[in-house]
Amino acid sequence: MLPEPTLNTYLALSAVLFSIGTAGVFLRRNLITVLLSVEVMLNAVNLTFVAVDRFRGTVDGQIIAFFVITVAAAEAAVGLAIVIALFRHRETLNPDAFTTLKW
Amino acid sequence: MDALFFWIFAVIMIVSSVLVVGQRNPMYSVLLLIVSFAALSGLYVLLNAPFMAVLQIIVYAGAIMVLFLFVVMLLNVSSEEQEGNDKKPRFVIGPGPRRFGAVLAVVLAVQLIWALRTIAEAPFADDGSVPTTVRDIGLRLFREYAFAFEATSILILVAMVGAVILARKER
Repeated sequence: MLPEPTLNTYLALSAVLFSIGTAGVFLRRNLITVLLSVEVMLNAVNLTFVAVDRFRGTVDGQIIAFFVITVAAAEAAVGLAIVIALFRHRETLNPDAFTTLKW
Repeated sequence: MDALFFWIFAVIMIVSSVLVVGQRNPMYSVLLLIVSFAALSGLYVLLNAPFMAVLQIIVYAGAIMVLFLFVVMLLNVSSEEQEGNDKKPRFVIGPGPRRFGAVLAVVLAVQLIWALRTIAEAPFADDGSVPTTVRDIGLRLFREYAFAFEATSILILVAMVGAVILARKER
């Protein structure tokens, strides 16, 4: 039968998800997909917090994960506003197009 | 039974996250990320955190992803622009920065899992029969973490004003 999940299994799953998110941030050339990859990374970290929480038998990890979700919402709002503003200037979402600080 | 569900959710999460990163069309990426969040919510239930599971669906899948969907539809960029003859994403033999990114991600995964191997296996603190109640979380949130909670409301306000100012049309 399948092995019973332990704390290490959850942490390994979280590490894999975080790496997938990192790969997305570096590999994609679409600002929206890059922001989505950041969300994947944030969720990997949340999974770590909740898993360690269960391991220790406390609720502090869940509260920190709650704050992470709040910050992620703020980050998504500001990030998407910046994406919209950039799209107005350049008509593209390719991050390589935004190389100049002045135009 | 828990083990079966864990592996089902873990596989769904990894596959959908890989597809989120691999998709060319951002619309599919957003929808696949919602699938990934649903699986993560299932994992939270297995971890005795029903409050987090509900929050994950309501706030993440319900609010943040809808925001992303709005922007994807508003900008109407159906797929990533192709650069020259770069038809397929070549992860290993691509241009410099992309190759570096792929290598970095693999190194990070290997490093993290190698670090985990040095930790001894330890059982969970409780037997997992009693889920965390919203009451526990609420009491702790509004006592020990009351200041952080209030600071978060300021953060949300700043983010809201900032988003409005950034996305406003310039005259």
